[in-house]
Amino acid sequence: MTAHSEKLSRTPTLRQRAIVAVLALAGALTLLGATAMPALGAEAPCLADVSNACIQGTVKMSTGAPAVGVDITVETTNFSKVLTTDKAGKWVISVTTAGKYSVKLDPATLPSGQRLASTSANPASITVTLHANSGAVFKLESTSAPAGSSGTSSTAGSGITWDRFLQQAASGLRLGLLLALAAIGLSLIYGTTGLSNFAHAEQVTMGGLIAYGLANVLGWNLILATIATVVITAATGWTQDALIWKPLRKRGLGVNQLMIVTIGLSIALQYTFQYFVGAGTVRIQQDNPAVISIGAVTLTLQSYVAMGIAVIVIVLAGLFLLKTRVGRATRAVSDNPALAAASGIDVDRIIRLVWTISAGLAGLSGVMLGLVLNGINWQTGMQLLLLLFAAVTLGGLGTAFGALAGSLIIGMVVELTNLVLPGDFKYATALVILILLLLVRPQGIFGRKERVG
Amino acid sequence: MDFFIGLLQDMTQIAISPSTAAFAVAAIGLNIHFGYTGLLNMGQAGFMLLGAYGFAISIIAGLPIFVAILIALGCAVIFALVLGIPTLKLRGDYLAIVTISAAEIIRMVGRSSLMTNITGAAQGLTGNSYRGPFTDLSFLPAGRTTLLWFTYDNTGVDGWWVRLVGWSVVALVSFLVFLLIRSPWGRVLRGIREDEDAIRSLGKNVYAYKMQALILGGSIGAIAGIIYVLPSTVQPDSMGRSMTFFIWTALLLGGAASIFGPVLGAVIFFAVRILVKGLAGQFIPESIMNSQQTEQFSWILVGVALMLLVIFRPQGILGNKRELSF
Repeated sequence: MTAHSEKLSRTPTLRQRAIVAVLALAGALTLLGATAMPALGAEAPCLADVSNACIQGTVKMSTGAPAVGVDITVETTNFSKVLTTDKAGKWVISVTTAGKYSVKLDPATLPSGQRLASTSANPASITVTLHANSGAVFKLESTSAPAGSSGTSSTAGSGITWDRFLQQAASGLRLGLLLALAAIGLSLIYGTTGLSNFAHAEQVTMGGLIAYGLANVLGWNLILATIATVVITAATGWTQDALIWKPLRKRGLGVNQLMIVTIGLSIALQYTFQYFVGAGTVRIQQDNPAVISIGAVTLTLQSYVAMGIAVIVIVLAGLFLLKTRVGRATRAVSDNPALAAASGIDVDRIIRLVWTISAGLAGLSGVMLGLVLNGINWQTGMQLLLLLFAAVTLGGLGTAFGALAGSLIIGMVVELTNLVLPGDFKYATALVILILLLLVRPQGIFGRKERVG
Repeated sequence: MDFFIGLLQDMTQIAISPSTAAFAVAAIGLNIHFGYTGLLNMGQAGFMLLGAYGFAISIIAGLPIFVAILIALGCAVIFALVLGIPTLKLRGDYLAIVTISAAEIIRMVGRSSLMTNITGAAQGLTGNSYRGPFTDLSFLPAGRTTLLWFTYDNTGVDGWWVRLVGWSVVALVSFLVFLLIRSPWGRVLRGIREDEDAIRSLGKNVYAYKMQALILGGSIGAIAGIIYVLPSTVQPDSMGRSMTFFIWTALLLGGAASIFGPVLGAVIFFAVRILVKGLAGQFIPESIMNSQQTEQFSWILVGVALMLLVIFRPQGILGNKRELSF
């Protein structure tokens, strides 16, 4: 409708606007259609209330695929029940008495080629309180892995070898590139509007979940699904600016007020995802990914492709910002909106474009993360939000190239932390670095000093 | 009809529950930061978690309860100093990003497997391990008491004693804030919120005042954390970012920069969510929204309500438009 009313004033962009508006509608419909389906197939849920508690868990193979048909015995005094994991690797039981329970996994029922990473964790002893959910986690590893090394990030390695360093650095580069896709948009939005967008991470999640809906539920070709996802998420960015952010700018809301609006939006979106897809992790591709080793570095095929695509898209985004008229105008608005407006740049149009591109890039990042991390859930984005902020602040708030550099640094730091500290700490170190940086250079690496009040 | 009476009872029960009292206290602390000083603290749950850890771990280590409370407050003071030194001289949104990050660091370190012996890692610390000294303080007789439709143990795990203490703390802290804000110190804080440079030109050390506000509000947050975990467990993941955002919602709903705003906001926040869940569960058919989805539906409404509130009524229910910090 906005496109319609602005038809007269801006004929050159009419067609683009109409296309985007149609896509937005199509995107919204696809999203509804695609995400409503898995909700119907969800397993009988256990809902904890005052009289009962849920014990649940998901057993996954070392590849990340669900381990189906594994027997789990849940026991306490005068109570014992054997459960079997469903096709998503999930098991859940509702119990009515609080207390200590023992949860035992039967190793004989594990899929072939898999074993428990740590036998001391089986049976697991958990304390159950009513009106709460408790879980037991069993980590599996491939029988071909050397005993004791679970191969994932959960244990700190003994000793830093050159090979491990390379492997972690490659993972760091991968994370950094995928973060950069989302961080550039976050930074552009900040630069052009002054808004710290807490809902940006939800665009990432949305990208992954739409790709899941298209590629997995509807069975589309993955490449087609990815392209469609980017178009749909870009359209949601366009719609968001048209429906929420532009009217609010016109209303004269301050940036802090807008920031809290984005927090509200982020809460609403997170639970909307959960409403439709559920709390579990969904996979974009069903089959197990192929693994390719280059030297000491072993990553999945998808990882290499994702890194390649990320590099291409980042280079394109950079060229767009540096070489095109609109790109230059974007940077001008980012520098000084008032001056840009005075020199004849249509600031609102640039901001609309920035929202569209940022949401599209974040959506692409979500698809790639979903493929690389072997699945996506309602809070995948939320877990990355602070890394994104760290990356953007590190590079200098509002500078697109700073965001790229910041993302690569944060990606590396997160993954290399695994060499010396347990995996629990990997996100924490990135945030510590952010705080330390603010002590010495608050404007970030590439920021200019006067930006800081 | 029975349904509505039951729903009303559920709503009033949650309204007087210890966790509502804890939210109210946390929101009062946040009110000092945001409502009166204009500081965007996005890490209030971090202060609560630190307070809860400080309290629970001290008691498990065998210290007396009053020392444990002092340690909890001490943790919050140190945390506030660490946060404030790099950020209070910077623009507001830096404080937001740093506080939210720092609160996450606390949570991640707390739930890390390296800390299992101290914090109980992701499983957390069970209430039984630290609740003893608190229930021993109770002067209520043993047994159960029914007031109107509220029936609880007098002292037990989640009984009248913790409710009495929780709401007394709410009253006490509200009164303290009332006195402080009317004092010259409080006037400087509100001056900083309105125009930092003007206050600086009067020769006041704005940085020091902001730091004092951050420490005071954070310490109140730590007390809120203690109240929150007394009837339950110290579980790091239950005191993460979402909790901070919900405290913000409660504060903005009731009205920032007002004495009773945070309390009213917390009560309404919990009661209305129960109302939404109850109504949705009763009147929307299972095929459209199952029982798990009513829970998520209520949180979606919380998010939307937060957006609408900030856009259309930023002063909340009790706030004054002239006292707006935005």
